[in-house]
Amino acid sequence: MKRLTPYLLALPGWMWLAIFLVVPMAAMASVSLQTGNAIDGFAMTFSVSNYTDALSRYSTQLVRSLAYGGAATLAMLLIGYPVAYWIAFKGGHRKSMYLFLLLLPFFVSFVLRTISWGFLLADDGILFGTLKGWGLLPADFHVLATAFAVIAGLTYNWLPFMILPIYVALERVDPRVVEAAQDLYASRTAAFRRVVLPLSLPGVFAGVLMTFVPATADPVNAQVLGGTSNTMIGNIIQTTYLTNLQYPTASALSFTLMAVLLVGIFVYARVLGTENVLEAAAR
Amino acid sequence: MTRLSTRMRGKLGDRLLHAYTWLIIAWLSSPIAVMILFGFNDKKSKSNTRWQGFTLRWYQELFGISDLTTALLNSIYIAVASTVVTVVIGTMLGLALGRHRFKGRGVTNFLVFAAISTPELVMGASLLSLFVSANLPRDAATITIAHVLFSLSFVTVTVRARVVTLDPSLEEAARDLGATPWGTFRQVTLPAIMPGVAAGAMLAFALSIDDYVVTSFVNGSTITFPLWIIGSVKTGIPPQVNVMGTLIFGIGVLIAIANAVAARRRA
Repeated sequence: MKRLTPYLLALPGWMWLAIFLVVPMAAMASVSLQTGNAIDGFAMTFSVSNYTDALSRYSTQLVRSLAYGGAATLAMLLIGYPVAYWIAFKGGHRKSMYLFLLLLPFFVSFVLRTISWGFLLADDGILFGTLKGWGLLPADFHVLATAFAVIAGLTYNWLPFMILPIYVALERVDPRVVEAAQDLYASRTAAFRRVVLPLSLPGVFAGVLMTFVPATADPVNAQVLGGTSNTMIGNIIQTTYLTNLQYPTASALSFTLMAVLLVGIFVYARVLGTENVLEAAAR
Repeated sequence: MTRLSTRMRGKLGDRLLHAYTWLIIAWLSSPIAVMILFGFNDKKSKSNTRWQGFTLRWYQELFGISDLTTALLNSIYIAVASTVVTVVIGTMLGLALGRHRFKGRGVTNFLVFAAISTPELVMGASLLSLFVSANLPRDAATITIAHVLFSLSFVTVTVRARVVTLDPSLEEAARDLGATPWGTFRQVTLPAIMPGVAAGAMLAFALSIDDYVVTSFVNGSTITFPLWIIGSVKTGIPPQVNVMGTLIFGIGVLIAIANAVAARRRA
């Protein structure tokens, strides 16, 4: 009995993950190789053409998603790092208050948060409408329905996920190590570049992973903020599945997206060094 | 350059960074302020983007749009159901992974990690592929299945983190004093891991009530709160949505603060 305990404990969760995570992936792989339509049904034909068709038709959106996701991730890193740095080293006994304030947006639904952000950017909204009223902006000035609006929305929505892991890594840096560097006549810049920055890299790695993947695959920001000319791959997959009911094409697209993201993560991990990856994964 | 001037420059840099941190906090909070504010907007036109005066009308007519009310109730039911299921099987899985060495532990750990790192879009799409292949109709049940799937790993990880800090000699002592395995679990193990279980439950509830992407694939004709909001973007979001968002925000913040205060008392 005692030897069976761990298996009995793990069984329901394990079954759930097997049936609803592993089997669906296999189902999606199988559907992506079928041909047919929603009315007559689909049949397995092992047609790779779903992949080539999907890629040739939607490569623009795929590349755009990677570009927007990448730009947003870079923006999050540049905007978020100084915040994480300041809270970790200078936050004092108020550290948890600052972290709580950074997490405040998560008490509002993701969809609603994005729409409210769109509110702020609206052509005649409280920000630009007022500025236009004062004559500070030309009447045809707009931000909504541009690439900038979508990238800013992605940056806004995932910024805390970039700040938190960097904060965790910086928080573990012993301030005495930095003092030691300065005692040994390193300038503030050199102490940061040679001591603090390398020690924070596992946090940067984790932050980039936690933000790039969801931001690239996100359909909501493009739909709410992007107008019609900034469609991302997430929107295409959604409409192909749900409106056009072209399950094989949509499955092929989903697989392609996942493959691209996996390759991206792998290349990124190689560039940054395996040690950092293992360290980040261990946390 | 003397040491003193370096230090003064450092002080200035710190002040700038301090102000910058508050600027970022203000940026992150500004859409919330807008959401709360426009729940009080006495709007006359169809769109709710221009301030037209203060009113409490939308609070009085909170449940005036029946589809929206249904959607919110659906979201709450699904969140409660999926949280209960997730907490039970996630706690069991967390206990197994944190306490025991067993065959297949590595594979299970990998599956837990894979469920966290799969993009929501791919998760939703693959679940729909399964349900379509199996000819399963999509409704509140399939939404609940999906929500349990993406919350499970988070509950497992939080419980596991708590379990590994637990001293095994406590349970041994209980057994030595004649407690049954179930008695040991209920009176020793469960109270000790309770903070982890509670945190996991709150996380599962929050993830479920907030989810749009996965739900949009497996909902069939059932509409949840986020789905309803996205569906009404084109025609204009009614102020009732702002009010509901404000109330959910308020309740969430209150629970978080109460939790933090309670944790401080205990410490």
